[in-house]
Amino acid sequence: MNALEKTGQYGLLIYKALRSSYDIKVYRENLVNELVKIGYDSLPIVLLTGVFTGAVMTIQTSYQLQLSYVPRTVIGSIVSESILIELAAVITSLVLAGKIGARIATELGTMRVSEQIDALESMGFNSVTFLVVPRVLAGLIMFPVLYIIAAAAGIGGGLAAGKLSGALPVAQFMQGARQYFFPWDVIFGMLKAFVFGFVITSVSCYKGYYASGGAEGVGECTTQATVLSCIYVLLADFVLAAILL
Amino acid sequence: MIEVQHLTKSFGSTLVWEDVNFTINEGDKLAVIGRSGSGKSVLIKHLNALLYPDSGKVIIDGENIFDLEYVALRKMRQRFGILFQGSALFDSINTFENVAFPLRYFTDKSEEEIKELVNEALKSVNLADAAEKDTSELSGGMRRRVALARATILRPDFLIYDEPTSGLDPQTSNEINRLINAFAEDSHITSIVVTHDIHSVLDVAKTVIFLEDGHLHWQGTKEEMKNSNNKELLDFITASEYRIKNN
Repeated sequence: MNALEKTGQYGLLIYKALRSSYDIKVYRENLVNELVKIGYDSLPIVLLTGVFTGAVMTIQTSYQLQLSYVPRTVIGSIVSESILIELAAVITSLVLAGKIGARIATELGTMRVSEQIDALESMGFNSVTFLVVPRVLAGLIMFPVLYIIAAAAGIGGGLAAGKLSGALPVAQFMQGARQYFFPWDVIFGMLKAFVFGFVITSVSCYKGYYASGGAEGVGECTTQATVLSCIYVLLADFVLAAILL
Repeated sequence: MIEVQHLTKSFGSTLVWEDVNFTINEGDKLAVIGRSGSGKSVLIKHLNALLYPDSGKVIIDGENIFDLEYVALRKMRQRFGILFQGSALFDSINTFENVAFPLRYFTDKSEEEIKELVNEALKSVNLADAAEKDTSELSGGMRRRVALARATILRPDFLIYDEPTSGLDPQTSNEINRLINAFAEDSHITSIVVTHDIHSVLDVAKTVIFLEDGHLHWQGTKEEMKNSNNKELLDFITASEYRIKNN
């Protein structure tokens, strides 16, 4: 199957999902499960990623600026802006592409090769409504929420690292953070997270839903889902920045 | 009644079979036999449009199912129950919930009624004690029987069995064959059994179709099969190490 056919197949899957998304009775239970799995279950990794990203950024920015005459408050500005505009959304999404993307592709891939998807269809279910819609919808809802949490954790981590390492006190960090804060940055970050949530869940659903070839096929679709999700997240990041900034 | 007319299927450049024609009458017990890779499972997946052919028709009650809109197709599919080769039980839910699954989504039955129907279905396949077990705890034979209970819970008109006895010991195979006969006779369900196990054919089938070399090579009743001189059919039966003449 060539790239054009695959793109068409992906588009058709998304179209089928959109067309049947009104039938909430069918996927309500799965949606709640997915909200928990994508949202609540990802909290530890999102917090960890956020805190360490912020902490490392503060220490490295402080190191880079140590011989300059730039005021120390600038460290707070650089760290908080970088986190809000770029890092909280992108790094969190890349980490979640591995966690959530791989899980979704493996689940659906296993269901495909063990004929569970055929079983659903043979019972008269629309398997796309039942399996794909709740996963994509949960991604769209939870990624912006996880972005907010990652951003807060990142700024918190940066703040703590600045204080603990002696790079700059909390008050200076916050002064710098406030100085260059624009509400649009948060909206932009949330928009990015929303798009990345769609990219990761839909690509992983597509790869899993059309998996073939037994255990090896499931492994292959999982790898492809993770790698492609990461690539498309980076591409989408560039496109959004080019269009919206 | 299911009429299969001039069905041809290929995957890429590989032809699976061509110009397949046969009819399944109401209440029939049809066995689809043939070597591994002859396209038996592919053929039965066309009977409820899980797969689409390159050309040809499957007509159920006067309608070609490949022309149906998706919503009408889903309704038509509800007339079928399928026992898949690997059972296709849902791993994320236990035995009881697997059997209850179609009832929860396609009927308005109360929890009490669902419980009663599921327990009855599990009892009918001799698995009354397995309701709360995870599907991972079940043996191959038990999984088939749970899948059978799920496939029959909505009382379908047609029941398709894809290799129902493959990989099972002789006693469990006999038990599955007994259940197939029981469902066909007690519930008047039209049965289509895909198998390469000639014992199953003799235990279960009324009529037989034989796929060979990309064609429907032979069709007839079980008695006609026993007395057939068709070389390929005899080769298949002999290769199954079954001395049909002595049966």
